[in-house]
Amino acid sequence: MVLSQALSTARRRSVARARRGRAPWQLRVPATVAAIFLILPLLALVIRAPWRALPSLLGDPLVGEALRLSLLCATTAAGLSALFGIPLAWLLARSNGSVATVIRALVTIPLVLPPVVGGVALLSAFGRRGLLGRPVDELFGIALPFTPLGVIVAETFVAMPFLVLTVEGAFRTLDDGYAEAAATLGAGPWFAFRRVVVPLLAPALMAGTVLAWARALGEFGATITFAGNSPGRTQTMPLAVYLAMERDPDAAVALSLILLLVSIVVLVALRGRWLTGLGGR
Amino acid sequence: MTPPEGNGLEARVVVQRGGTQPFTVDLTLHAEPGQLVAVLGPNGAGKSTLLRAIAGLTPLRAGRIRLGDRVLDDPDAGIWVPPERRAMGVVFQDYRLFTTMTVRDNVAFAAAARGHRRTAARAAAQEWLERFDLAGLAERRPPQLSGGQAQRVALVRALASRPALLLLDEPLAALDATMRGTTRGELARLVSGFEGPTLLVTHDPLDALLLADRVLVIEGGVVTQDADPATIARRPATAYIAGLSGLNHYRGRVDRASGTVRLDGGGVLTPSVLPPTSVVLLAVPPTAITVHLQAPGPGSARNVWPGRIGDIQQLHDRIRLQIEGTPRALVDITPAALLHLGLRRGDPIWCSAKASEIEAYAELAPPAPAGPFGAVAGRAPGSSASFRS
Repeated sequence: MVLSQALSTARRRSVARARRGRAPWQLRVPATVAAIFLILPLLALVIRAPWRALPSLLGDPLVGEALRLSLLCATTAAGLSALFGIPLAWLLARSNGSVATVIRALVTIPLVLPPVVGGVALLSAFGRRGLLGRPVDELFGIALPFTPLGVIVAETFVAMPFLVLTVEGAFRTLDDGYAEAAATLGAGPWFAFRRVVVPLLAPALMAGTVLAWARALGEFGATITFAGNSPGRTQTMPLAVYLAMERDPDAAVALSLILLLVSIVVLVALRGRWLTGLGGR
Repeated sequence: MTPPEGNGLEARVVVQRGGTQPFTVDLTLHAEPGQLVAVLGPNGAGKSTLLRAIAGLTPLRAGRIRLGDRVLDDPDAGIWVPPERRAMGVVFQDYRLFTTMTVRDNVAFAAAARGHRRTAARAAAQEWLERFDLAGLAERRPPQLSGGQAQRVALVRALASRPALLLLDEPLAALDATMRGTTRGELARLVSGFEGPTLLVTHDPLDALLLADRVLVIEGGVVTQDADPATIARRPATAYIAGLSGLNHYRGRVDRASGTVRLDGGGVLTPSVLPPTSVVLLAVPPTAITVHLQAPGPGSARNVWPGRIGDIQQLHDRIRLQIEGTPRALVDITPAALLHLGLRRGDPIWCSAKASEIEAYAELAPPAPAGPFGAVAGRAPGSSASFRS
């Protein structure tokens, strides 16, 4: 019995192997090119890194400041995206009207918009002479552009659509049955959302938030347009890399290496959840 | 005009059902505290729609749902109580246990939802689990449970919410055949302690006949019979219900002079007792009909008619013959009799049946909904379901 089971398992495996081995070269060649193309630059970054000068480069207080600002702003932007984006995703997932369709299209525009354009748009809204920025500035004396707060706003603007799209898909696939069961047990919609829906979708919510965080960490165009590039205040890592590239390419490579490292650490730390969240359906 | 029982469930449920074949469900039912009412019907008859409407998951289009002195849904009066405030204990067909929580937290969920502290809710849940011999599963998660265990946990979770009404949606459907028998008995034991009314939705007549105090049969969105299990089994109101207990079912007009019934589909049968109505239904068990190779001579059987053998089917321990004739009939014989008589498809035979084996009863008037409680309000106070037969 056990032996026959083992045999049939082995047979299945070899069949699977044979099937996998029969991939046509028309697919295998471009697949190999794609993989090399994606991996080679990262490899080059590691190989070309000025390893000996690295300690002194990283000791530069401006680098530390940029890294700190980057992590702080990206994390805050991801948190804000989750805080406001998850409810938006939930509402969009539950409505099918034409209004919802239009809103869904509009809020995902930042996804395809060139980030620089996003920065200009943000200035038009929240700039000192902007639609909302001017009255706020006149009434409270608060201005967003060219402040660390502006960095967070720019990053959130660019990152949130990623989260909304990911999470909305997850909400759509969730069976209504669980929320119904919660309701019959006396749970109001808010309690059911917190205690039943969120735990069930935790992997997808996590994946969406990580995606938003990664997008925010790498954000360049909207940030430089809306928040400027003042070291220690609004200069995040990508801006620092870009500037360094003009003065000192070695420093740029070193800074890039740090960003690569941070990305890998986050990816590995969240790998389980990340994979189940994105590929779990 | 309302029935005297004030604590039970009184409902007239009118819901427009969408889908590929939209139709209107219009059902009237009542259930008294401590009573288990089975809702029986073929797939797509409106059973689940009824359950969802009572639970508050589908709003009524018309009608009214009242539980005790609370009106839960009344579109005309603009009343709709959301499901979380209805105190309905629902066991769903697929159980819907929360997979992210332990069994104990599933059972504690209702208490937590009502704002009890987590530790108190868990302690209470533990007591429920111990009471139903499920304490050993407290730390498990739903995917680690067997079908029978999941079913019991779902039931305990529903009971722990202290519901005023228990709704069981095909609670045995997800179990395999061998599990169903034992779990059915278990279910009866667990539910027997519940003091409120219980509705059991099922398409399995055995569930209905073994578990229920009363059976409500639904076909095509309307109630076709509402009676105790014995009456359902003996005096089916429709061909579908007759089919559930494997009875031959006829409708016909009484000829008082001869004491016979002229059947709608042709043929004449003579029961020993006739009800006072002009149109009657007749039910004849397939075992009560005898087949003969030749016309039987004078005997005690008052019903004798010729026919021809159609399909021959093997049932569990019997052979079922489909007899083409006026009337047509299903006849059960033993395999030995089949071989002894050498019966084959197409053979001409004679059927006979004693008058005393033919149950004759009045056809129910189709329910005429009037007012929120339609047929219920129109029934005489104190009448039980069996009174109607």
